[in-house]
Amino acid sequence: MSIEKYTRNFLKEVEERVEEGHWVKMCMQCGVCAGSCPLGAHWEHTPQKIFMMIRAGKREEVLSSDSMWMCTSCYQCIVRCPRKLPITHIMHGLAYLAKREGLAPKNQPTAQFGQLFWDNLIKTGRVNELKLSLGMYFKDGFSQGIKNAMAMQSVGMGMMKAKRLNPMEIMGGHGVKDKSGFQAMLKKARELEDGRRKLA
Amino acid sequence: MTEVVATNQTILVVGGGISGMTAALEAAECGKEVVLIEKNPALGGRVSQLYRYFPKLCHPTCGLEINQRRVKQNKRIRVLTMAEVTSITGSPGDYTASVKIAPRFVNENCTACGDCGDAAETMVDDAFNYNLGKVKAAFLPSRMAYPQRYVVDPSVIGTPEADKIKAACKYDAVDLAMQEETVQVKAGAVVWATGWKPYDANKIQPYGYDRFANVITSVEFERLSDPHGPTGGKILRPSDGKEARNVAFIQCAGSRDENHLRHCSRICCMASLKQTNYMREAFGDEGKSTIYYIDIRAIDRFEDFYQKVQADPNVKFIKSKVARILEDKDGNPVLHGVDTEGYHRYATPHDLVVLAVGMEPSVSAANIPAEIVSDSSGFIEQDQANGAIFGAGCAANPLDVNRSVQSATASALRAIQVINRVARAEG
Repeated sequence: MSIEKYTRNFLKEVEERVEEGHWVKMCMQCGVCAGSCPLGAHWEHTPQKIFMMIRAGKREEVLSSDSMWMCTSCYQCIVRCPRKLPITHIMHGLAYLAKREGLAPKNQPTAQFGQLFWDNLIKTGRVNELKLSLGMYFKDGFSQGIKNAMAMQSVGMGMMKAKRLNPMEIMGGHGVKDKSGFQAMLKKARELEDGRRKLA
Repeated sequence: MTEVVATNQTILVVGGGISGMTAALEAAECGKEVVLIEKNPALGGRVSQLYRYFPKLCHPTCGLEINQRRVKQNKRIRVLTMAEVTSITGSPGDYTASVKIAPRFVNENCTACGDCGDAAETMVDDAFNYNLGKVKAAFLPSRMAYPQRYVVDPSVIGTPEADKIKAACKYDAVDLAMQEETVQVKAGAVVWATGWKPYDANKIQPYGYDRFANVITSVEFERLSDPHGPTGGKILRPSDGKEARNVAFIQCAGSRDENHLRHCSRICCMASLKQTNYMREAFGDEGKSTIYYIDIRAIDRFEDFYQKVQADPNVKFIKSKVARILEDKDGNPVLHGVDTEGYHRYATPHDLVVLAVGMEPSVSAANIPAEIVSDSSGFIEQDQANGAIFGAGCAANPLDVNRSVQSATASALRAIQVINRVARAEG
């Protein structure tokens, strides 16, 4: 398989390319993270299983798993891990690698939201909450979008009343003063990160 | 006033458990003078609180009785009970220790007849049984206590009950005027053998030791199993006194955990394997044990013991560190986690949970009243900088009885070498 030719040692790759990836080898497979995760029962693979799969070189299974997208960053696993592994950070690092390698699961809502949020943010340097919400509502098609909007109507109205959601944002919305400077900054940051993580 | 004749050729042994007794005996039987200090009212330490112990699963009466007899027969050992070292000054070959002795209110006339205990009414915590039961305010610390002498609890001193206790004694052994005193003990070398204490299970929040009656510790389970313990050897769970026929043992309760104790406490795996034998002894095929573990570390020569327990169909092994314990409506602890052999999520109720709690030094090296080099867990390191103060047994390392005795013998030898140097210098 071409993917296996790409790297023979997935653990080494994770150590080099994933944030806090060098901690993976410290896992002693006690399973406290899995048992402590409030969403654990809904994950495809538990964290300690992900770590063991990394060691076993199961690159494709790990990077296409939905597990790291299910993390809500509650930090319960980090607090309880007897070896103090920064599990939350590793999960987010793995998700990022999966995304960049094009292996992230398709139609994963957290991944979709992440992409929408990012695309939304980089346009003006400010999040356009109206467009972001609409984007989420309509991500599964027009009729589902209308249903979602109807279901969330009272929340939307409440936010508008509280001036947390401005309907005029549909026109383009607010942004930072120096948009080109902001975008140059992001570009540079991405270059640095890509170089460090060999993601280019 | 307690008279202690000691010189700089005396070896001071601090702690009268299996390690301290061993060090004291080895040194005394080599002809050295020894002062043996024990904080509790009787020698024997944590070993005396076990139901059975390795290697042959004897009752501790077995090994301890021999040591007590050796102590009793040896004129070179001076035993001070209810005593604590508060300071050590000086240098190798010339130490002076301050020893604070708490009043026992009972002198050496005591024959342990028990009349004072009959006269007492107040009940106080039974420290020997890890406070699982109560004892009268005039009590013998344990059946095989050495010295075999009663203690009057300070809480009744100054009350009419104390006078009643005194009046009940036919031997004029109750002395209510006893005061705390401090004596100075000279010594050429010190063996520090203050042993271990179980890790405070209340700190392991997800296991609910502080919230659930039916979550107990391994040392408490020893007392429940002992025919001379608070339940007469019946394994009854604390909440409702029901027989606990389905018991979960949780390994590494506090050990191998950066949030609690960093070290492996070494003894807990063997202790739980041993305790599955208690279950079989108590209930036969009706006694079910489940061991939740990260890995089983069967130390020493005991791999075969582990294999025997593995072959027992009544013992289940689940490779998983339990994530948390909840309680169901019947008071059964329910264990939650994910196992590592197949990654199955479980929520399993048991009658009783025994936490195989870790071992920490009973006096952390930082609290020893002398300059002592220690590891990150507070165990004494063997280091030149410690001078002639030598750690022994569980004050130096988490050890089983066998290795504690070896460690104590080694420390006795080091102490003897110092004394020999002093003796040569003094001619």
